[in-house]
Amino acid sequence: MKKTYLSVLVDNHEGVLTRLSSLFCQRGFNIDSLSVAATNDETLSRVTIATSGSEEEINQIINQTKKLYEYEGMFEIDPNDSLIRELLLVKVACDSKNRSGLLEISSIYKAKIIDVSVGSIVFELTGKPAKLDSYIQNLEGYTILEMCRTGATALQRGDVKMTK
Amino acid sequence: MKLNGSEIIVKVLLENEVDTIFGYPGGCVLNIYDELYKNQDKITHYITAHEQGASHAADGYARATGKTGVVLATSGPGATNLVTGIATAYMDSVPMVAITGNVGSSLIGRDSFQEVYIAGITMPITKHNFVVRKIEDLADTLRQAFKIAISDRPGPVLVDIPKDITAAVAEYEPKPKQTVEKKSFIDGDNLAEIAEVINKAKKPVIFFGGGVKNSNAGDLIKKIIEKANIPATHTMMASGVLRYDMPENLGLLGMHGSVAANRTVNDSDVVITVASRFSDRVALSPDKFAKKATLIQIDIDQSEINKNVKVDYSVVGDAETVLGQLEKLIKENKHEDWFEKINSFRKDVPYSTGGNTIHPKQIMDILSEKAGEDGIFVTDVGQHQMWAAQYLHHVKAENFLTSGGLGTMGYGYGAAIGAAIGTGKSPVYHITGDGSFHMNMNEACTAVTYNVPVISICLNNNALGMVRQWQKIFYGQRYSASEPDRKTDYVKVAEGFGAKGYTCSTVEEFKAALDDAVNCGGPAWIECHIDREERVLPMIPGGGTVDDIIYE
Repeated sequence: MKKTYLSVLVDNHEGVLTRLSSLFCQRGFNIDSLSVAATNDETLSRVTIATSGSEEEINQIINQTKKLYEYEGMFEIDPNDSLIRELLLVKVACDSKNRSGLLEISSIYKAKIIDVSVGSIVFELTGKPAKLDSYIQNLEGYTILEMCRTGATALQRGDVKMTK
Repeated sequence: MKLNGSEIIVKVLLENEVDTIFGYPGGCVLNIYDELYKNQDKITHYITAHEQGASHAADGYARATGKTGVVLATSGPGATNLVTGIATAYMDSVPMVAITGNVGSSLIGRDSFQEVYIAGITMPITKHNFVVRKIEDLADTLRQAFKIAISDRPGPVLVDIPKDITAAVAEYEPKPKQTVEKKSFIDGDNLAEIAEVINKAKKPVIFFGGGVKNSNAGDLIKKIIEKANIPATHTMMASGVLRYDMPENLGLLGMHGSVAANRTVNDSDVVITVASRFSDRVALSPDKFAKKATLIQIDIDQSEINKNVKVDYSVVGDAETVLGQLEKLIKENKHEDWFEKINSFRKDVPYSTGGNTIHPKQIMDILSEKAGEDGIFVTDVGQHQMWAAQYLHHVKAENFLTSGGLGTMGYGYGAAIGAAIGTGKSPVYHITGDGSFHMNMNEACTAVTYNVPVISICLNNNALGMVRQWQKIFYGQRYSASEPDRKTDYVKVAEGFGAKGYTCSTVEEFKAALDDAVNCGGPAWIECHIDREERVLPMIPGGGTVDDIIYE
């Protein structure tokens, strides 16, 4: 099983996300995470899909995706030459007894406090998906009340990789 | 010029030289039907008994003529009834444009009467589909649909049009017919290198699929076979690309393929695969397919390369253009030892005749003789379909229409009607079984209304033969739900619809009925009693190999 990030440019049409996810579902491909938004060219959306499978499966995913009529471009993100980022918001229960420990762990990861309420703190953390995983692991001794992650989004370093 | 949506739809159909459409009216397409009424001198609309029949008719029309089939249905159930026909066309790469009405824009999303999200439903079974939201987009959307349907690997496209769009007004400017250019070599390995592999092969075989038909590559296949002295085998979808009596043509490959074809591929050292997806009916055990051979695959669809069977060399491109280049690089050759060996593989499956039934092979032989080389045959799905594929004397690719990919029982009648209307040939032979026939026999009314000369030959074994065959071989003869005790009187039902009806149990009766049916020049049904125990042989069970062939 190979974990792969695909950066896909598609026409910014209604239903294009449905079409893409329907294709993955139809053919039994995994979606580990997916993020999508319009790009600087508002006729295009960029979809970043984290998927996994054997090399043959990844090739099938790529070739099937290329057949979508609204497909405009795609590349497989090279993790060594790319900027992959994900955003995490996590609401952790805390009281005077465990607050300092929680703040200590969070500061190691440079997680930002964005809300403090009675009995809970909300942290924001941006980074590589693995960093977010590791932070969440270290919160094990605490009670996570709510949490959400955006899924990875990515750009390749240097020259422009893909335009319409 | 300012036109309303319905006028624009008809104009774009005419731009694309559509003179025939199949469909069924309803509330949300009333405006379109009103416009069709005004243009009936230019476009003939055929109403079927059921929208499914219309979708199969558009499919049969497309397969028999090479033009794009067009089907029109109303919203909700009208649209959902098209689904099986669209999926059938999708699996067999048939160019089709399906137009559905939908409820007015202000009613969409409110679970209105006869509202359904057909774009969502048909997403996985169309090449692409559209919902027209603005009248300004209507003409170009329809044009795109025609273009997508025929480009590269053909397929169905659906355009969903809300009712208010069919009445709204926009500027219309005529545009020329949508055409596409063939893509030659898109991607892949070096052709000279591939030719070298073929030139060095001792035991080569060509294996081709339905895409050869779409791309008109049949003549090139024949040329390569003759030049390099290579045997060939094919999928059911490519029946008729090579003449049935060409010595190098080993016939069908796969589950019900010929023994010679299956053993040849198994024993070969190079397989040149053209426009086939190695489906599970051909490569029953993908890992063991032609295990000793170097595999070469040519396909217009990149996603077919390595999808089911992993190959050594591949070329993405149109079969005709790629083979045209490859043929020049392939040297003249002789493979006498190889053909000698192949001749030792040939094995006819014995069959017995007599009693109160006719053997399926006798039916196919008589039909082939009667129809001659121009006869069009359309099948349903099941045992009769396999017998038709195995025993008919196939001579022309466009003359055998069958649902190969989806395996749609009930495909045949509508498709035969579409083929007869499209080609003007009389008669068109619809070969069916008692199971398949019951699914859409209501289309008899369509054949009668328009006096379409479709002769339905129903191989009646009072069973769902293929299901029963599997139950006989693999399920200890527990015939679960495969022996419906139907009492249908085919002659009476045919006559009730206004068609001719015949029933026969002997070869003589069948010949007489067939002569009479052909002479009548209109729709007819001929029921042929066949033995319930008759099986389609040879057979390789699902997942099996040549070592598992069942002969008798």
